[in-house]
Amino acid sequence: MSAARGSLALRGVRKSYHGTEILRGIDLDVAPGEVVCLIGPSGGGKSTLLRCINQLESLDGGVVAVDGELIGYTAHGGHLTEASDRETSRVRRNLGMVFQQFNLFGHLTAVQNVAIGPVKVLGRRKADAERRARELLASVGLAEHAGKYPSQLSGGQQQRVAIARALAMEPAILLFDEPTSALDPELVGEVLTVMKALAAGGTTMVVVTHEMGFAREVADTVVFMEGGVVVEQGPPAQLFGALRSPRTAAFLRRSGGEAHEAEADEAHGGEAREPEAAAS
Amino acid sequence: MTSTQLLTDPPGTAAGGGDPLARLAALPLRSRSRILSRWVPAVVVGALVAAIGWAFVSAPAMNWPVVAQYLFSPRILAGVATTLLFTVLTFALGLLLGIVLEVMRQSGNPVLRVIVDGYIWLFRGTPLLVQLVFWFNLALIFPVIGVRIPALGLTIGGSTNELVTPFLAALIGLVLHTAAYMAEVVRGGFLAVPPGQTDAAKAIGMTSLEAQRLIVIPQAVRVILPPLGNQFIDILKATAIVSVIGGGDLMTIAQQIYGQNYQVIAMLVVASLWYLALVTLATIGQHFLERGLDRSRRRVLKAEAAR
Repeated sequence: MSAARGSLALRGVRKSYHGTEILRGIDLDVAPGEVVCLIGPSGGGKSTLLRCINQLESLDGGVVAVDGELIGYTAHGGHLTEASDRETSRVRRNLGMVFQQFNLFGHLTAVQNVAIGPVKVLGRRKADAERRARELLASVGLAEHAGKYPSQLSGGQQQRVAIARALAMEPAILLFDEPTSALDPELVGEVLTVMKALAAGGTTMVVVTHEMGFAREVADTVVFMEGGVVVEQGPPAQLFGALRSPRTAAFLRRSGGEAHEAEADEAHGGEAREPEAAAS
Repeated sequence: MTSTQLLTDPPGTAAGGGDPLARLAALPLRSRSRILSRWVPAVVVGALVAAIGWAFVSAPAMNWPVVAQYLFSPRILAGVATTLLFTVLTFALGLLLGIVLEVMRQSGNPVLRVIVDGYIWLFRGTPLLVQLVFWFNLALIFPVIGVRIPALGLTIGGSTNELVTPFLAALIGLVLHTAAYMAEVVRGGFLAVPPGQTDAAKAIGMTSLEAQRLIVIPQAVRVILPPLGNQFIDILKATAIVSVIGGGDLMTIAQQIYGQNYQVIAMLVVASLWYLALVTLATIGQHFLERGLDRSRRRVLKAEAAR
């Protein structure tokens, strides 16, 4: 099994909480450079799937492979064994993650947040790592905020620092867990702009999002999840077009993802999640 | 005054015309007299406190010359040193044991967890005074303690009464009691760090241990520090209780002295002055320690205030 850097493969991924099955056997392939958007109703298992991909949650079944290498488990003599913490964290370095609640380290400045991974995990020299961190912060438009603490930054700024922190580890794949859901509407755009630039730059991305405009514009593949299974997946033209399955169509109507088609529908009154913010 | 009266022209401003509210807004603001609300209570309560204070200070039993004579006497100073030794040892060992207890509780091992919960239930559920007297009388349960290694025919140990001196019994009691509280303080600090911090640390490739060491503990320490300072001061005062088993601390010495010279009040004043001085010093130390370790947060607050 060999592939170009940045490929991801899931086979039969299962996860239960307290007897409830959240993921009921997910298969997914992501090619290097591909942008995959996971959409679907809350509780459909999208965020759990993302956390299972980088083993923040252990799997109850199935495997996840990053560039052909299993994460969280090793195959040995006909069975899977749980990998050591050190081994899992080594594979996990290839997977950057951006969280809904940013999760910036509160006791560190923006530049320290970005540099701590390279210094402590990759063993880079502190001066080099901080120089690189400043470059990354500049690339997300935060050059002048490098010395600030997270509590001094707006939500949108914090999320951009979080993206820079993930990029500093030079991951092959970036995972985004509803990166704009905790932001005030006027701050959504600045984060989406950074994400679009990353997508255009050829980074492999798996994005859980409610921003249908972003999904339609940027995704190579849109995956619709509901009830712990992949209902439908395909290019945006398929899922947002006429070929989609009835369940996908029902979800998109509810989420207000397609204003121009919804006018004929009684579901028109459903709350819109400002799909225009991304399209502007 | 009705609203219509309010809005009529005050004398001398007849030339104003136009908006009557705007003219009112231009009037100078004068604060209300505070004689009744501030000065009267200050004088009454102040006089009362001064009278009671003077009644105590001027009482013959105070015997200030005796206070002055003993305040820096070698025996009292030795007692102060023992009190400080008790405080520092109890704080350090209690914190260490408290951290061990909390790590055991967080380990996910149900047996260890139940043991820790039982420990905290037992040592928080019984008075420190009872615990101290219990350890002091350990010999009644185990007259002899030690380890016997039959293979070598060797016995290490001896009489409990000789091994467990009043000092050691007092220290054991203080440490075991304090550890139960320290475990709770440590727990509070770790609970205050959101789980997302660990997620984010792992997501950039840190192991669980690195995430704890580099991300969680530094933030938990900031939360724990103020209650730890309070624990130190509480322990400092609580050490006085070891006098009931003759622990040799400041209070023990003060009692021994007034047992001989009957200057009960004077010796209690000596002890109180020392406790006050030590607690004041500890409070000042706590202030500087918190400021030092919390510099980042203060910078943040300052920056926010400047906005």
